[in-house]
Amino acid sequence: MYKILVKQQLAPSVQLFEVEAPLIAKKAKPGQFVILRVNDQGERIPLTIADFNREKGSVTLIFQEVGASTVELGRLQQGEFLLDLVGPLGKPTHIEKFGTVVCVGGGIGIAPVYPIARGLKEAGNEVISIIGARSEDILIYEEEMAAVSDELIITTDDGSKGIKALVTQPLKELLDSDKTISLVVAIGPVIMMKFVAETTRPYGVPTVVSLNPIMVDGTGMCGGCRVSVGQENKFACVDGPEFDAHKVDFESLMARQRMYKPHEKQHSEYIAGKREEGCKCHSH
Amino acid sequence: MSLSLNKNPMPEQEPKVRAKNFAEVSLGYTEELAKAEAARCLQCKAAPCRKGCPVQVDIPAFIKEVKEGNMDVAIAKIKEVNSLPAVCGRVCPQEEQCEKYCVLAKRGEAVGIGRLERYVADTARNKGESIAAIDYAPDAQKVAVIGSGPAGLAVAGDLAKKGYKVTIFEALHLPGGVLMYGIPEFRLPKDEVVQVEINNLRKLGVEIVVNAVIGSTFTVDELMEEEGFDAVFIGTGAGLPYFMGVPGENLNGVYSANEFLTRCNLMKAYRFPECGTPIHVGKKVAVVGGGNVAMDGARTALRLGADRSYIVYRRSEAELPARLEEIHHAKEEGIDFQFLTAPTAVIGNKDGWVTGLQCVRMELGEPDASGRRRPIEIPNSEFVLEVDTVIIAIGQGPNPLVQSTTKGLDTNKKGNIAAHEETGVTSKPGVFAGGDIVTGAATVILAMGAGKKAAAAIDSYLQDKKAK
Ligand SMILES: Cc1cc2nc3c(=O)[nH]c(=O)nc-3n(C[C@H](O)[C@H](O)[C@H](O)COP(=O)(O)OP(=O)(O)OC[C@H]3O[C@@H](n4cnc5c(N)ncnc54)[C@H](O)[C@@H]3O)c2cc1C
Ligand code: SF4
Repeated sequence: MYKILVKQQLAPSVQLFEVEAPLIAKKAKPGQFVILRVNDQGERIPLTIADFNREKGSVTLIFQEVGASTVELGRLQQGEFLLDLVGPLGKPTHIEKFGTVVCVGGGIGIAPVYPIARGLKEAGNEVISIIGARSEDILIYEEEMAAVSDELIITTDDGSKGIKALVTQPLKELLDSDKTISLVVAIGPVIMMKFVAETTRPYGVPTVVSLNPIMVDGTGMCGGCRVSVGQENKFACVDGPEFDAHKVDFESLMARQRMYKPHEKQHSEYIAGKREEGCKCHSH
Repeated sequence: MSLSLNKNPMPEQEPKVRAKNFAEVSLGYTEELAKAEAARCLQCKAAPCRKGCPVQVDIPAFIKEVKEGNMDVAIAKIKEVNSLPAVCGRVCPQEEQCEKYCVLAKRGEAVGIGRLERYVADTARNKGESIAAIDYAPDAQKVAVIGSGPAGLAVAGDLAKKGYKVTIFEALHLPGGVLMYGIPEFRLPKDEVVQVEINNLRKLGVEIVVNAVIGSTFTVDELMEEEGFDAVFIGTGAGLPYFMGVPGENLNGVYSANEFLTRCNLMKAYRFPECGTPIHVGKKVAVVGGGNVAMDGARTALRLGADRSYIVYRRSEAELPARLEEIHHAKEEGIDFQFLTAPTAVIGNKDGWVTGLQCVRMELGEPDASGRRRPIEIPNSEFVLEVDTVIIAIGQGPNPLVQSTTKGLDTNKKGNIAAHEETGVTSKPGVFAGGDIVTGAATVILAMGAGKKAAAAIDSYLQDKKAK
């Protein structure tokens, strides 16, 4: 059992959990992920590690309540426990001194970009970060990103904060400027990562994306997370989660992520129904 | 007394009924049936059956005790060499092992050795086995076991009984390996059989740490240098699924058998939405392969509501590697076997979902290296099997995680750990290995047997170490 030391609401339906997990905290590196289960009926939920504290023995997880399982997760309170937590899984980000790097985070993807940006900064890179969200109220980790970036650019779809644009616009401007950009790291919705890849491709700038396909065990046993990278099938859990953005087949990845859409609805309705029943029982 | 040429039939759920539920297919012998079956055994002095058993269970001796009603003695006899008889009685390919060599098999059917083994084990378990916790010496040496499949469980049990402090590290959230995530409930009940065996180990004082991926959470070297383990056993199995490498394999609705079965068995997707893990089945399902894994996939699909479940196998019925009983059960349940058929592509629609499996028909040519006749494609025989789901059950390889993170641990060309067949000794001092990670995907009894041999070798290694 893994205790939730801190629970914090970062934005509507975006939660932060700091969880006690000394063994994982000891080993975690930027770019890696964990898998957790809320209860015995629960799914195995993969989440990228947003931060880790080796002294305190904790890892920070940030998630958006999208399906029934993450809503269940979000109902846990500070002081309560996760049933299962395993990790760190996947390969860490390759960090070295590249020169000038651009870290792009979209929506909830800003959280996993943070430790990578920090790692790159510590390795002596000039870090320019671009973070984007639909609007200001759901923009997370602004201060944290500012602290590890030499320059921070904010974009929102509705212009409520920063520039009114998609993350690809300032990215293109940077690529067009006289700065030599050695690496772009992008994490966010698949469609955003796809457009980042298309933006950097003509410039030949190495671009890394972190993929989050559907997976079950996270140790290479089920193959559910397979993605086509440069015509080859790779398992995101053990070969990734980071891949060369210019080689990823994003179309197939997006299709695969829709696989359980009908199930998700059914599951949400079931959970909602059960909660209602539960409430009724209490009021008797 | 005239001997029947046939085995006493196993009481079973009706095929039509069981094809819609996940309860165990075979119900087990009654005492009367068990005694009658035991009476068929001729008590041969030479005991040819014993030679067919990979761990040489003293078969005539335990069967004699069944006949005489001494179940306590019978279970003790089996457990001398087999720590998981309730499992083996259910899943061993007996027709290839002990029963193949039974004298009765020359004229009729062999003694139902597996059925009797299961009966003895179930009887003992239902009675409640009393297991005394071991009194560990304060300076007891520590052994780490990686993986909790049959190999790891066997090592742990044997070493705990010898007084070693054993900790099992398992990557998943439940211990048991393939017994939990692969083999379905309807062949091997999880709570009633597998978890009982595992709890017996806990009662012996074996510690089981789940959610621990060795190679990541700890490395083997850290276990030995920092965590104080005197020896390590690696039993990580053959968990990496192979794909066919044909077009369309990433369409929605294509599963590896591992994923399909894990969702259903370990994650209990058959109870969705009460349990949160979903599974996609559709009306028609094609399973590619001919082993136990394929049979399990096809029969699971039926139980999840498929109207039609095909087995697509490129050789003929005679070459099917699955257990005879599974093939028989699959046929009874209405699985549609497409023999001499090989997939060439998975066909999908514009939304990325499977609509069919394109195949060609094959014929058997000259024997290949494995001694089996090689299937050859018949020209212009292409056709499409209309299906909503494709499950690929063409084999598994070794997961490279432990090998790639352990200094000085040799592997072979296929990536399996190189270990001595009789002792499990590897190239790294103090590290032993056994089961599917060494042999490639094999059987429960071979993995368990390898575990027992390694336990004996670890014992003598640790005694030597202590003496120094
Ligand atoms: C669907 C299916 C049906 C089968 N049916 C039969 C049958 O009817 N009869 C038969 O005899 N055999 C059958 N087999 C084969 C049999 O189950 C295996 O040969 C046997 O389980 C191998 O045992 P093992 O202990 O070597 O490994 P496994 O049972 O594979 O166990 C390995 C364990 O190690 C864990 N692990 C892996 N890597 C790590 C790591 N890095 N750190 C920690 N833990 C790790 C895994 O999670 C797993 O729990 C079947 C196999 C499958 C998949
Ligand atoms: S363990 Fe398997 S091979 Fe040995 S006697 Fe039992 S059923 Fe036969």
